[in-house]
Amino acid sequence: MASLRDIKTRINSTQKTKQITKAMQMVSASKMNKAEQNAKAFVPYSEKIQEVVASIAGSDQDTEHPMLQEREVKKTAYFVITSDRGLAGAFNSSILRSVYRTIQERHKSKDEYTVIAVGRVGRDFFRKRDIPLTNEIIGLSDQPNFTDIKDLTSETVQLYIDEEIDELIVYYNHYVSAISQEVSSTRLLPLTNVAEEATKKSIEYEYEPNQQEILNVLLPQYAESLIYGALLDSKASEHASRMTAMQSATDNANDLIDDLSLAYNRARQAAITQEITEIVGGAAAQE
Amino acid sequence: MKTLTVSVVTPDGPILENSFNMVSCKAESGELGILPGHIPLVAPLSISAVRLKGEDGTVKIAVNGGFLEVRPDKVTILAQSAEAPSEIDVERARKAKERAERRLKTKQDDIDFRRAELALRRAINRLDVVEK
Repeated sequence: MASLRDIKTRINSTQKTKQITKAMQMVSASKMNKAEQNAKAFVPYSEKIQEVVASIAGSDQDTEHPMLQEREVKKTAYFVITSDRGLAGAFNSSILRSVYRTIQERHKSKDEYTVIAVGRVGRDFFRKRDIPLTNEIIGLSDQPNFTDIKDLTSETVQLYIDEEIDELIVYYNHYVSAISQEVSSTRLLPLTNVAEEATKKSIEYEYEPNQQEILNVLLPQYAESLIYGALLDSKASEHASRMTAMQSATDNANDLIDDLSLAYNRARQAAITQEITEIVGGAAAQE
Repeated sequence: MKTLTVSVVTPDGPILENSFNMVSCKAESGELGILPGHIPLVAPLSISAVRLKGEDGTVKIAVNGGFLEVRPDKVTILAQSAEAPSEIDVERARKAKERAERRLKTKQDDIDFRRAELALRRAINRLDVVEK
């Protein structure tokens, strides 16, 4: 059995770990709330832009734009959103596992795909495995502004317009609720599903100067906004996931402290009993 | 007098929503003035100031790109960023302007040049909105 002092040291160190995990949990909880609000603030913009895109794409006049058209896929880009730091439970590992598996299944040569990584964990993962990275962004703030990621999104969309890539798939953790996030993969480009949703809405717009010009401006913006939406969603998930992870770490620390205290008290009791027995034994020998 | 509901929406949240009598703005193809009852219209905006005329004066908003959606009783401006004069950081805009001007002088490749040009236009636009 461990000595009294050993147990005491372990209790102390567990206590300190618990303090840290508890603090991290509370920090994540407040960040999660903020991130959730950001995601909500973005909703009106995304709804509106979707509505307008849909009504243009769905109007009878022939609208042709490379971003709306399916083309033969020679190169696929995976846009993978992870976090910069760990300690967030399965947040990063489940995303990376899913992307890695898809890549292995779908592609034989390295020329067929490329990865755009957000977050340090993802970047390091792909670097280590020698997977081609086109672009990366690390050190994204917890409450990203649209301007922070504008460069990344426009470069990504530009890759598609320049036909460097023929397909863009976004992998991120979708925020379902504070305790549940799921890995979600969406095919962002080409925007093939826009026209289908359009048929429901029937507002006829005038276009100034014409539809083609507007699509040229609108579609890149729309695609960028979708990427931004995914990032906000992922941020909320990251904080939620970290909060849950830290919550269970705190719970585990509590359990451990309980067990250790019990062991400590038993050991203390045993030591006292032993001492008494020794004294009584000693006294008996005197008589 | 008839009014229009104007809302300015950006990815970082709505900036403004209120009733006005007239909206004038600069689309890519030229100046546009919109009064209540306008037919539905969609037009891309240039980096410019949008002027909203209401009962109690004119409100100016610096809009960086984006586009305008008009319905008979409602105007929505979707921009990647938009600021009311009170939100503009003059010092920062001035610095951005100087930086962009410097960059334009030392001529680089096309992409950087275009970026600097856009940055300059944004900065000038912001300063314009604050000053007038």
